[in-house]
Amino acid sequence: MTYYDPPFHLRNKRSSRKKRVVQRTEGSMASSNNFFPSASVTSSGRPVFLPNEIECQLLSAVDLESDDGPSFPSLKSGLLILTTHRLIWIPSNSSAHSNAIAIPLSLITHIFSSKKSIKSIFHSPRIRFQVSLNSKSLVVTVVARGKGDWDGFLPKFWENWRGRAWETSAGGSTADGSVTTSISGTSSNSGGFYLNDGSVRMVGLAGILRKEQEMWESTDKSLQEAFQDLNALMSKAKEMVMLAEKMRQKLLSGSNSETNAGNNEEMGSKEEMQDWLLSVGIISPVTKESAGALYHQQLSRQLADFVRTPLERAGGMINLIDIYCLFNRARGTELISPEDLLQACTLWEKFDAPVMLRKFDSGVMVIQNKSHSDEEVFTRIKTLVTKPDALQAGITASDAAMTLGIAPAMAKEHLLTAESRGILCRDISPDGFRFYINLFPEIDSDDMHMVKDHGIYSLWVRVVSA
Amino acid sequence: MQKLGDFKLPQFFNYPPYFTYSPALSAVVAHALAHYFNVLHSEMNWVEDIPPQLNLLVSRPVRDTREKQVQLWKDFILDYCKTQHIFVIELEEEFPLFSNPVIERSLSHEARKAFLSALVTEGRAEWLDKGHRKCLILWHRIQDWADIILRFVKDNGLEDGVMTIEEIRSGIESRGTELHGIDRTILMRALKLLEHKGKLAIFKGTSTDDEGVKFSV
Repeated sequence: MTYYDPPFHLRNKRSSRKKRVVQRTEGSMASSNNFFPSASVTSSGRPVFLPNEIECQLLSAVDLESDDGPSFPSLKSGLLILTTHRLIWIPSNSSAHSNAIAIPLSLITHIFSSKKSIKSIFHSPRIRFQVSLNSKSLVVTVVARGKGDWDGFLPKFWENWRGRAWETSAGGSTADGSVTTSISGTSSNSGGFYLNDGSVRMVGLAGILRKEQEMWESTDKSLQEAFQDLNALMSKAKEMVMLAEKMRQKLLSGSNSETNAGNNEEMGSKEEMQDWLLSVGIISPVTKESAGALYHQQLSRQLADFVRTPLERAGGMINLIDIYCLFNRARGTELISPEDLLQACTLWEKFDAPVMLRKFDSGVMVIQNKSHSDEEVFTRIKTLVTKPDALQAGITASDAAMTLGIAPAMAKEHLLTAESRGILCRDISPDGFRFYINLFPEIDSDDMHMVKDHGIYSLWVRVVSA
Repeated sequence: MQKLGDFKLPQFFNYPPYFTYSPALSAVVAHALAHYFNVLHSEMNWVEDIPPQLNLLVSRPVRDTREKQVQLWKDFILDYCKTQHIFVIELEEEFPLFSNPVIERSLSHEARKAFLSALVTEGRAEWLDKGHRKCLILWHRIQDWADIILRFVKDNGLEDGVMTIEEIRSGIESRGTELHGIDRTILMRALKLLEHKGKLAIFKGTSTDDEGVKFSV
């Protein structure tokens, strides 16, 4: 027996006041979750954001608890994402992604101040707040058991709750299901450049610019305060220098001593520092360990999502350089470096993405679907190359590209690979670079005039002599 | 059936890849570099020799294709030279075997050099100059020529006789035998070999025309 109503923002679809959320997961609402609205998650584990919603902070290994008794669902050890509009919680187990939930910040009625006590030093950092759900009031505790940046999360949480970003954006745009995030500047909406009231819409960029504006303002404010009192400035500077030096020491000592790798405490705080440095835009001197950083994991998932459409359009295989251009173009701002892209691709095997990175003998790197089969391509090439025209004149990379439905550069890689398997032979002439079916294995070395009755060689002889 | 003179050409003479020297390791490396520097492949020179040790770095099927191609060319050259009585191939000159106007393909200079070098390695040819421009084709090995000479001597009852070099090459007795028109260099080498074995003695006359041989078979 269910005693709850469906979450109100999904109840009445015709309500224009509410924003519509794009449903992209195949799973139905979690059976264990009777409390919180479900959060849509892409197949790569990234949340689907609302229009104008900006991702602010991520915390790993987060539990959501409540004093409200046994009916509260078990929400243990997930990824917590703080955005301008919601708190999104995604289970770490990828098969349970359909159980992801989101707590709209608009429903939070009160955040309890976190008292620092003796107890709090020994416990995992936590924050309690009151949520109003289905006309019931519920107290929820967020417990961070991981090594995330709690000190950065807490003020941001307060800030976002106070900022009430959902109110400013609720008035305007004709939401057609397009999504924006802070990490990706992707704006795939079809609504055109102008809002109903005639003002120019800058979806995606608006939020980023606003965020930057806020940052500038707060930096400006703190600079002003510092300058007021020269002594205060001196002491702050000393602090900063000490902090910077400590960080540098820690990061560099980590890369030199291999024995520290076993020490989890060190690794955790180093990860923290790395995340912080990365978010500020500083390149970490320790590149080996950044494979574990949360930033790269999320980037990797995002890339896996993004890659699907171009991959389909390109016939299942696409050059890494092309993806680099497409991805960065979609991001708009906050571009990623080639190293980041490469790193993101190598992380795919860790969470079983449907795509993979592949390197050809020639050094060309491509992204292809895991389900891609080389043998299937070779069969198609063989069929193409044994047609009468191809037996006479061979095929070029463009011919293969047209038949296989892929880019000529990719087709050439396939032809070269087929050659290295002994299926094809190259022919270089002033006419260009062509490939023929490989006849050499069928030519008799002892009698060069011998042509067997069956086989490709005899077929070729017949076609050519016609 | 296509022919070159009275020489019957095999079917694969019309197979364009036969005239493209199969890729080598350096070609693979060159390909990668080309990608790196975005050079058009057609601008690159693909035909290069690779030392046998590096053969392992090329895929097995490609190695096999290459070996087959080299072998076919070697036999082809030897066959042709034997039937046409050709003893010397000059790389810079036109050689009918090396191009096929029907399919508009011809072997590159490097490819010709590579195939002839393969013959040299096998002992079926020799370079006549340091610049590797002239190649002596031994469609009979020197040892075989020596045997032919001995048979010739026996057939003509010259076991203790004397003959000039020129007579061996173009005399009445040699007509109809393989010795007729034999390359002088080859003949001298064969004779020297036999001299070494004590089967004859070479003596010089007043001029090269008088150079002769005293058999003692």
